[in-house]
Amino acid sequence: MTLRLVLIAAATVLAIFGLAQADAYVIRLATIFGMYATLALSWNIIGGFAGYPSFATAAFFGLGAYITAVGQNAGLPLPVAVALSGAVAALFAGLLGTAILHLRGRYFAIASLVVAEVLRELTNSWTDVTGGGMGINLPLIDGSVIGQAQFYLVAMLSLAAIALAATIWLDRSRLGMALRCIAQNEDAAQIIGVDTRKAKTFGFMLSSLFVGFVGGVYASWVTYIDPTDVYDGALSIKPILMALLGGVGTIFGPLLGAFTYLALEELLWRNLLEFHAGILGLMVVLLVLFLPGGLSEIRGRGLFHLLTRRRQPS
Amino acid sequence: MRPLLEITGVTKRFRGLVALDNINLALAPGEIVGLIGPNGAGKTTLVNVITGVHKADEGDITFSGRSIKRERPDRIARLGIARTFQVVQPFPAMTVLENVTAAALFAGGAASIAEARDAAAHHLEFCGLADQAGKPASALTLAGRKRLELAKSLALRPKLLMLDEVNAGLNPAEIDNALELIASIANRGITIFLIEHLMKVVTRTAQRVIVLHHGRLIADGPVAQVLSDETVVEAYLGRRFAERMAGAGI
Repeated sequence: MTLRLVLIAAATVLAIFGLAQADAYVIRLATIFGMYATLALSWNIIGGFAGYPSFATAAFFGLGAYITAVGQNAGLPLPVAVALSGAVAALFAGLLGTAILHLRGRYFAIASLVVAEVLRELTNSWTDVTGGGMGINLPLIDGSVIGQAQFYLVAMLSLAAIALAATIWLDRSRLGMALRCIAQNEDAAQIIGVDTRKAKTFGFMLSSLFVGFVGGVYASWVTYIDPTDVYDGALSIKPILMALLGGVGTIFGPLLGAFTYLALEELLWRNLLEFHAGILGLMVVLLVLFLPGGLSEIRGRGLFHLLTRRRQPS
Repeated sequence: MRPLLEITGVTKRFRGLVALDNINLALAPGEIVGLIGPNGAGKTTLVNVITGVHKADEGDITFSGRSIKRERPDRIARLGIARTFQVVQPFPAMTVLENVTAAALFAGGAASIAEARDAAAHHLEFCGLADQAGKPASALTLAGRKRLELAKSLALRPKLLMLDEVNAGLNPAEIDNALELIASIANRGITIFLIEHLMKVVTRTAQRVIVLHHGRLIADGPVAQVLSDETVVEAYLGRRFAERMAGAGI
């Protein structure tokens, strides 16, 4: 088991550094993949495991981005600023969770939807610290253009790898079991002794931790952020689509979904400049209609099967 | 002996409706007590108040000497009160074994998932579900799901088990099996509160019976005594039933 873990970790590191040698376009795409995968994996914790469809991803992303931006402008080194982004996002999720996690189903979804709007307005108005609607610049990191690109690639893919590791851990943990019980029948979960409030809040915090990290790294990557960019509602929707595409509540589904989504986005963007968003929407509708369980429902062979299988109950 | 569960002056209102009106009762450790009453009498409300799903408006509930009136349902489950639901509540996407494992893990005090799984396998064996362990819970028959409810409840390692209409919807043969199972649970020293509308079940299993009617407790005593009680006959059983019971020598 330990040997397998070490081998997998080594392979992951090799793959990430291997990718970093590719050309700038591939590096850019792979960086976006890392970002999307982390967001989808994070959403899957609260939306898939716990069954609470959060639309607050943009809120934690924007919060993380601004914490890093403001932190770096105040002189914090990048790793510290990004760590702080994750911590603050998780803490904020804890507070927010106590307020809205008792709402169920669509009520929770709607409550979570407005959080990003509120944060955006706050960021807009708090001009002294955030720069308001003018946005805020971040210091460039040292190194050549390609060196910088490689750095962000490694950062984003590492975050995705950590989020994946956290998901694998969650799947085997007490917390994961509690969240799965909650998703299937919250009343019954309480009756068998699951402290549902605590479990949901921890799940929400774990999910937001990674979103906060990603927001921080993103801000540093693009070096300039403004409220409309980082609190963009699309940031809340995309991770849900990716998880739906790949398979909600599965371990590797969000990863597969992020890859598929990015491929679709990229292909359609390039070939159908006028109507790409419409086609993308249509494809999503079709996929959800005909493959409600996501791509994992197509039980493939070989590698594809390895990626999509659900863990057999022992 | 100190009662295991003691309910004093409990009243529960839903807006204008008094669902439970000044209920007083006590369950001794190891007892099997039946709770009967017509539909809408407040039986399930009483269970919900005991398990913390609803909060009592007045009165107090103590379990093993401590007040549980303000505790949350998951706390109460961990303290040792288990219940089955009238409408069964499995985790449909999990296997039968996983369902019981979850129960053993959270309120059953298992130290790890592996330990919980071992305990769960044992409870499935006891409830006659061992051969169904790998099936998804949603694939069980109604009788099987009722057994699953029992296995889950046992996995909580309860001191008090409340069975809410655990026989509803079962055929006579299945009821006989379920009653045997209940008797063997009682043999383990678990106090059983049997919420029923089937008289046969109560008379065969319980030592004592409590009658609810319109939210009031109208009788509490040994089975034979309660069944011949005038108020109970008037309110619930009807005269013909009482005569038949008398004829049968109960």
